[in-house]
Amino acid sequence: MPTYKAPLRDLQFVYKELFDATSLQALPGFEEVDTDLTDTILEEAGRFCETVLQPLNQSGDEEGCHFNNGAVTTPKGFKAAYQAFCENGWGAVTADPTYGGQGLPKTIGMMVEEMICSANMSFGMYPGLTEGAYNALAKFGTDELKTTYLPKMVTGEWSGTMCLTEPHCGTDLGLVRTKAEPQSNGAYKVTGTKIFISAGEQDLTDNIIHLVLARTPDAPAGIKGISLFIVPKYLVNADGSVGAANGVSCGSIEHKMGIKASATCVINFDAAEGYLVGTLNKGMQAMFQMMNTARLGVGIQGLGLSEVSYQNAVAYARDRLQGRALKAPFQPDKPADPLFVHPDVRRMLLTMRAYTEGNRALAIWVARKLDESNRATDPKQKQSADDFVALMTPIVKAFMTDCATDVTNLGVQIYGGHGFIREWGMEQFVRDARITQIYEGTNGIQALDLVGRKMAQNTGRLLRPFFHEVSEYLEQKSADSSDELQVMIGGLMKAFGRLQQATGFIAQQGLKDPDEAAAAATDYLRLFALVALGYLWLRMAEIALAKQGEGEAEFYQAKLDTAQFYFARLLPQTGALLSAILSGSQTLMQFNHEAF
Amino acid sequence: MKIVVAIKRVIDYSVKVRVKSDQSNVDLANVKMALNPFCEIAVEEAVRLKEAGKATEIVVVTIGPKAAQDQIRAAMAMGADRGIWVETVDTELDALTVAKLLAKVVQNEQPQLVLLGKQAIDSDNNQTGQMLAALLDYPQATFASKVVIEGNEAVVTREIDGGLQTLGLTLPAIVTTDLRLNEPRYVKLPDIMKAKKKTLDATTPEALGVSLQKSIKLLKVEAPAERQGGIKVESVDALIDCLKNKARVI
Ligand SMILES: Cc1cc2nc3c(=O)[nH]c(=O)nc-3n(C[C@H](O)[C@H](O)[C@H](O)COP(=O)(O)OP(=O)(O)OC[C@H]3O[C@@H](n4cnc5c(N)ncnc54)[C@H](O)[C@@H]3O)c2cc1C
Ligand SMILES: Cc1cc2nc3c(=O)[nH]c(=O)nc-3n(C[C@H](O)[C@H](O)[C@H](O)COP(=O)(O)OP(=O)(O)OC[C@H]3O[C@@H](n4cnc5c(N)ncnc54)[C@H](O)[C@@H]3O)c2cc1C
Repeated sequence: MPTYKAPLRDLQFVYKELFDATSLQALPGFEEVDTDLTDTILEEAGRFCETVLQPLNQSGDEEGCHFNNGAVTTPKGFKAAYQAFCENGWGAVTADPTYGGQGLPKTIGMMVEEMICSANMSFGMYPGLTEGAYNALAKFGTDELKTTYLPKMVTGEWSGTMCLTEPHCGTDLGLVRTKAEPQSNGAYKVTGTKIFISAGEQDLTDNIIHLVLARTPDAPAGIKGISLFIVPKYLVNADGSVGAANGVSCGSIEHKMGIKASATCVINFDAAEGYLVGTLNKGMQAMFQMMNTARLGVGIQGLGLSEVSYQNAVAYARDRLQGRALKAPFQPDKPADPLFVHPDVRRMLLTMRAYTEGNRALAIWVARKLDESNRATDPKQKQSADDFVALMTPIVKAFMTDCATDVTNLGVQIYGGHGFIREWGMEQFVRDARITQIYEGTNGIQALDLVGRKMAQNTGRLLRPFFHEVSEYLEQKSADSSDELQVMIGGLMKAFGRLQQATGFIAQQGLKDPDEAAAAATDYLRLFALVALGYLWLRMAEIALAKQGEGEAEFYQAKLDTAQFYFARLLPQTGALLSAILSGSQTLMQFNHEAF
Repeated sequence: MKIVVAIKRVIDYSVKVRVKSDQSNVDLANVKMALNPFCEIAVEEAVRLKEAGKATEIVVVTIGPKAAQDQIRAAMAMGADRGIWVETVDTELDALTVAKLLAKVVQNEQPQLVLLGKQAIDSDNNQTGQMLAALLDYPQATFASKVVIEGNEAVVTREIDGGLQTLGLTLPAIVTTDLRLNEPRYVKLPDIMKAKKKTLDATTPEALGVSLQKSIKLLKVEAPAERQGGIKVESVDALIDCLKNKARVI
């Protein structure tokens, strides 16, 4: 059975040593958030995840959710764990104190989320969806809606969902058919069928607050005619108590590859009373606002699964004796050597580690900017943070989830045949990771978002600060750095050059032919991500070098060695990606579709 | 009723302890530190007494370097109301010195009940509570596995070699906690936040009028010898023979 220990030291390294924790504290509202407080929060959250959530991960997967006549039952132990989770305040980390939240930085929220996802991703879906719904409502809801719904969502007594997908539309939400008919009292009657609704029905909360995309009778066709509504499972009485049922029912739940303890539901709305959130026909804008945070959250799910898979792979590689080290036996007194002596096993372990720690740095970097974008008072700082988050969101979502699939598969591989056997728990991580590449906008759509929208937005305004920061850093460091750093600087320069070249190519070709940009998108997103990670690994290596001799020698040496591995063995992928990008769309588009 | 709980910052139980290369002590540089598990049980018991309406105020006290404030905050997050930090640079105080410092704090605070862990997991001395009781001339019950407050009396069940012993102590009294007294709670996020705002008073041994004399000198610390691999025996008789003659445990 897999185990999990919250990676507190590495989290601390990133938020305290790689990034400046005091500048986070300097943002309005975060004055109290010193590193002592953050340490305590992470420690306690970690303890909860390790001892309450993680023990339910495998059993939850084996049992799955049950559907019986419209009612959904979550696996054994989930209800009690959910209650403890809420009572301990872990669902209210970042929520606004006005509604009972703790108002802590998203940076802390995301670090806690990583631990939840490592321990039990399926469980994390329930509070995760509530947070998504909370965000939309807090940003776009009327005061009346906010005071009616948000406090109970923050305590976790009520949960939330996001109802976008319909049988005939997932990616292309312009095709949404669910209707919302205005009533004389200002409310709407919502009718339609939504599918794949995570946490759409469950036995954890007294009420479920659905956020639903629907169109009004006179709405323009397509994406410009979509509005956002809030539709509670039970109507809420004037005194705030739960009232009558509201024409919302669960038709069935899906039988899935992974996240089996998370109920994925068909939800039928039958003239259910709903209330408009935000402006009529501007539902997609509202949804996107919320989706940005949700997409970062999905990236974090990938990170969490990568971390837990890595931890267990390491434990197995120490434990399992198989084969001999090629030069000389490592443990001559034993029948064989542990797996970690083999170069190929080390390749796998280090690949897992380098992506996971690199992605943690990337996630916290973006989370930091998200806090700046929410809180900074200087409009310039706010704008630039906003731009950075917008640019990086598709990268975090797609790259970190692609990595999760790769990393968790390596985890299986290190276990050999046992990786394929359910009891060991390693294959669950692969199955759970797989959905993260699909929902909240498939990774292909993320890549299109990057090249189609983010790259072009304001004639490249989003890109420039990132390019500037990397080139400035390289310039600054290329003069006076140690030999160890020099090698890495050379590697990053090369990869960065490739990114610039690819960017220029896509900008130019894409103007002439949109297929060109789209054909390059996925490779470009990966190239971009690898460069961003390269930049972060270089900075982490620099810190590790500077801290040599100051204690914790093993920790810093491992950082440095992982950085060197990243530069030697992962970053060079950028060369192949550039070649693929420069080959253009021709080989994709010339193929006769009849021949597929 | 006011309760004073003495707590100690120690090396985290999950850390693999290493000896410094010069054998002068355990290596504590950059090592994860935590609230001593027995002290955590003492805090938990105090909080439960307060929740049960038996206690009105919980004051935690620790003696140590500035970093020991983390443990006071941790205890406050569990539910303690107020903290006292006695600042000392030296982390290797004798149990008697600690007991003297605590006695002063108790004299100042005048609690009805003083709770301590039965021992700290760093040096496993198991002395402080007993010494404190002697200095104050209070009744004491060590190794508590159950504490009931009835009027002016504490009825304490103790774990002793022969089984369980129940003592009635007239308050004020000293109780030291054993492992099975309770299971400390998960700390709630809102309580972590509230703990930051609770009062933490700092004082010093000088202010308390206690001199930090040392009567014990630490000569040398050695790691225990590495465990030898086991052996397999053929029969029960061989096993008994080994236990008798080789291991000499029966
Ligand atoms: C377990 C699970 C939980 C989910 N939870 C929720 C939820 O809580 N709420 C909710 O509303 N939905 C949810 N979904 C739905 C999910 O968001 C969609 O499945 C996803 O958006 C993809 O839509 P689709 O399945 O219709 O695939 P399609 O849109 O049919 O896409 C199929 C493939 O074609 C590609 N593709 C489609 N259009 C384009 C294009 N224009 N350019 C390039 N490639 C394209 C896609 O990238 C994908 O690879 C969930 C799904 C699952 C499986
Ligand atoms: C569904 C299933 C069906 C199977 N069917 C059969 C069958 O019909 N008959 C049968 O006999 N067996 C069968 N097997 C066993 C299968 O062949 C083994 O699981 C496989 O050979 C790997 O061995 P292992 O599981 O002991 O992994 P290990 O040997 O422990 O390997 C673990 C990891 O370490 C790596 N590794 C190990 N040694 C070295 C080395 N020297 N250098 C570099 N890397 C190394 C491996 O590549 C792997 O990634 C089956 C297994 C499964 C799961």
